[in-house]
Amino acid sequence: MKPQLPLLEVNDLKVSYGGIHALKGIDLHIAPGELVALIGSNGAGKTTTLKALAGLLHCTAGKMHYDGSPLHHVPSHQRVSAGLALVPEGRGIFARLSVAENLQMGAYTRSDDGQISADLERMYALFPRLAERRAQLAGTLSGGEQQMVAIARALMSHPQLLMLDEPSMGLAPMMVAKIFETIREVSAQGVSILLVEQNAKLALEAAQRGYVLESGAITLSGEASELLGSDAVQRAYLGA
Amino acid sequence: MKFNHQSKPMLAAFAAALLVLPFIIDSLLGHGWVRIADFALLYIMLALGLNIVVGYAGLLDLGYIAFFAVGAYTYALLGSPQFGLHWPIWAVLPLGALLACFFGVLLGAPTLRLRGDYLAIVTLGFGEIIRIFMNNLNAPVNITNGPQGISSIDPLSMGGFSFSKTHELFGVDFTAVHLHYYLFLGFTLLVIFVSLRLQHSRIGRAWMAIREDEVAANAMGINTRNIKLLAFAMGATFGGISGGLFAGFQGFVSPESFSLMESVMILCMVVLGGMGNIAGVVLGGVLLVILPEAFRHGAGPLQQALFGKIVVDPESLRMLMFGLALILVMLWRPAGLWPSTQRRRELMPDETVAQQEQDTVYDAAK
Repeated sequence: MKPQLPLLEVNDLKVSYGGIHALKGIDLHIAPGELVALIGSNGAGKTTTLKALAGLLHCTAGKMHYDGSPLHHVPSHQRVSAGLALVPEGRGIFARLSVAENLQMGAYTRSDDGQISADLERMYALFPRLAERRAQLAGTLSGGEQQMVAIARALMSHPQLLMLDEPSMGLAPMMVAKIFETIREVSAQGVSILLVEQNAKLALEAAQRGYVLESGAITLSGEASELLGSDAVQRAYLGA
Repeated sequence: MKFNHQSKPMLAAFAAALLVLPFIIDSLLGHGWVRIADFALLYIMLALGLNIVVGYAGLLDLGYIAFFAVGAYTYALLGSPQFGLHWPIWAVLPLGALLACFFGVLLGAPTLRLRGDYLAIVTLGFGEIIRIFMNNLNAPVNITNGPQGISSIDPLSMGGFSFSKTHELFGVDFTAVHLHYYLFLGFTLLVIFVSLRLQHSRIGRAWMAIREDEVAANAMGINTRNIKLLAFAMGATFGGISGGLFAGFQGFVSPESFSLMESVMILCMVVLGGMGNIAGVVLGGVLLVILPEAFRHGAGPLQQALFGKIVVDPESLRMLMFGLALILVMLWRPAGLWPSTQRRRELMPDETVAQQEQDTVYDAAK
């Protein structure tokens, strides 16, 4: 089998806030179409990793390659047009804009108006609930619906790699199941996904591969099913 | 604000009313009130400029009057006996706007990382710095004449047509205040037009995204740095134009006209009228210019009639009433007198939303 060129490759990535080393040199890679989970406890550096990949944080050291070209000096707003999309922690929806306007903001970097409205309809098909609420202010939606808006908005930029930061946070269990169903659906359409989660079981069940992040370093990695069965993960995250 | 076909006659009637308004005011209230209407138009331009920064982009600017000052002083220095320069209006006004725009970027660049209270403090300081500079630039080299200000500024004129003289057109006498009204109305409509276009443009949406969540806006691919600078620059440009017109109309500028109180006043116009909504901001501008004037003229005689003497100085009573009005509006109409539909919806507690959330959870189970 021919080894597939990774879509995203990160080598020895380091980030520090002031004197605190949030990421102490991590390596990870994502192949095209893959769903990869990044799990870890609070403060392990999961959000920092995503922010660094999206260009919202300055990296102190390390290399990032996206689609074969270096990503290091690409400003955040250009990474979106390159195909990287982030669903930020806490959803980050535009509360005082309508659902439709939120989704349109996702297509900010695109100028193909005809295709944008077609994509908008595609999002409404993926999330029928948003279609009903398209004129409503996003801030008045329920938590789960807001998460749908955040995911749909990110998809509007036509990403090759979708990065999700804690999509299950603060949601009712049924809503979480719904969101994860959607994540699987998006993945099935060929979009690569980097899924950051505290809910290790859910994330590893959905993913093909996984990484375990502990205080700024990757301590375990491998097939999701293996990780799910490993004693270390069982003990630390699944309470077994 | 979109006009459909049915509203066309309404629009025509509104335009006609705007055109004859100075004559109606003149005959009903007197000449002085036409002058007040002129000032109202200048303030509307300022409020619309500040609305871009505060209403659209959500950047609290408490030193906005500085850009008005830059426009006014540019006009004053280049069109008065101060340096013996008498540049034409078509050169001075754009130059003032450009310079104000430059100062807007100058203020914006170092404050990009600031938000809310911190930004307010820095902009407040900036406004004061500009005023104090104008106040002190009379030594060692006299540029601005210091606190005395610059007088005998060239009146506004275009191609030999002076706005400060009475002209007879179509058998009707147009005095200086009437002519300035039409000139300012033209500029105000231009500013409204630009504001409207910006609001519904890609840039306008980017401003609102930054206002809502800057990190998310960045993650959408918005170059937040440039878009924020653009908000400062656009707002400042409107302020600069208004300032130039003010200098030419008034014929005199001094640092006193650009105090912090003026910045606060313009911010009140935006907030009271309805942040982010152009019609609301215009309403706020009109009310906050006209009501204090009405009070100034009315409070004295009213007290004389009621008590036979002046009990409270009309000037302090005016501020008292202003403060009271502010509190009442914020209590009863927190989104402003004429809010945008979105802002109104946001501040209306909606019981159906709670119900929907319940439904959502149950629906998800199906």
